[in-house]
Amino acid sequence: MSITAKKMILPETPPLEREMIALRIANMLQDGSYVNLGIGIPTLVSNWIEGRDIILQSEIGMLKTGPLAEGELIDQDRINASCQYVCELPGTSYFNIETSFAMIRGGRMDVAVLGALQVSATGDLAGWNNPARGLGNVGNIGGSMDLAVGARKLIIAMEHVTTGGEAKIVEKCTYPLTARACVDVIVTNYALIEVTPKGLVLKETIPGVTAEDIQNMTAAPLIIAEDLHEMEL
Amino acid sequence: MDKVYPSAEAAVEDVFDGAVVAFGGFFSAGKPLELTRALAKKGVKNLTVVTQQVGTGNEEILELVEKGMIKKAICNYPFPRSATKGLEHPFEQAVRKGTIAVEVYPMGTFAEKMRCAGAGLYGFYTPTGAGTVVAEGKEVRVFSGVETILETALPLDFAFVHAWKGDHEGNLIYRHTANNYNNVMAMAGNITIAEVEMLSETGELDPNCIHTPGIFVKRVVEVGRPELWRVEV
Repeated sequence: MSITAKKMILPETPPLEREMIALRIANMLQDGSYVNLGIGIPTLVSNWIEGRDIILQSEIGMLKTGPLAEGELIDQDRINASCQYVCELPGTSYFNIETSFAMIRGGRMDVAVLGALQVSATGDLAGWNNPARGLGNVGNIGGSMDLAVGARKLIIAMEHVTTGGEAKIVEKCTYPLTARACVDVIVTNYALIEVTPKGLVLKETIPGVTAEDIQNMTAAPLIIAEDLHEMEL
Repeated sequence: MDKVYPSAEAAVEDVFDGAVVAFGGFFSAGKPLELTRALAKKGVKNLTVVTQQVGTGNEEILELVEKGMIKKAICNYPFPRSATKGLEHPFEQAVRKGTIAVEVYPMGTFAEKMRCAGAGLYGFYTPTGAGTVVAEGKEVRVFSGVETILETALPLDFAFVHAWKGDHEGNLIYRHTANNYNNVMAMAGNITIAEVEMLSETGELDPNCIHTPGIFVKRVVEVGRPELWRVEV
């Protein structure tokens, strides 16, 4: 049995809500950047960047994607890649899918934020195929592999452990990979961890949680940053 | 030149058993609903369908599944996102039973395979999928220190696309994010059939605004504006 099947020990401190993981990531994004947000927690990042000089790309073929559309603003021809109705902004452009992926693979995307099933000690990402679903080598890849390979910086937004309490940050991924050595930063509901050539560096913890607590729910060795501090939101 | 057909039924009349047929569109945006319905009504066997997904929000293609018309599906996000919904989904059930084969590519690769076919190219090297199950059985080559895999062109016997405006010579304009796969599929189709919401006389569309030039389109059918789609992901 792999180490990932082991139940991790969780601290008593309640974890961050998904929206707060998204807020921490939004605070990390620099003005003037082009960003692509994946399905799930990453999509929530868009709630925290209103008024900032950040341009969201949606791989369906839209640049400068606006906020979610409601009521009369809903248009079936205007959706993001998470299939949500969205609004247009001044400066929005539309294009075909081949151009969209030229942007992504061609290195134009400053940041991609994706969810993950597992991240390894060397920054490998497994995010598209949970073997428990029992579909073998086929699954919903979508744009994840292109984004993982093409984005200049890849931030992972995820819960620290699975709903069953198993580690998601592991020595080596046991699930099918999205891409090798592609992850730069992992933001979870307990911590912020950077992937460095030396290994995983624990940079931030949520208030009330110690580095030891984080290590106890992580199945890969963590290097404690010299400036380890509480996550500010 | 006049490529206008009187009906969707007439336009799909020669789709043959075993054909490779692509369907444009992404959830609520830009799906060739009328052409798909006409094909379901006609009834052919052993189709290979090329489409983003045969999952949620693609009910017209599901009719082809339920009628046993599909032998194989080539997709990038084939199944419902939720594993529980997937178990109840006719397409996923057919894949689990082995009655439909499924081939999955990363979204950018999926699009580029068709762009290649449309551009008279036979293959391309992409970093996307290197080191993953997608690379299995494919030629690996390193360029500037980056591992890439060889992907080959995906030519289509028929491409069904949906456009907002079109003219008698097959020039097409898409609306917002409804372009998505439609342009690239139109390019890759041996016989590309476009359903258009508004048919214009040749010369009425602004030549500066044409997305897909008429040379890629063999047939045009006017279908009007599709009913509003409400998609639950």
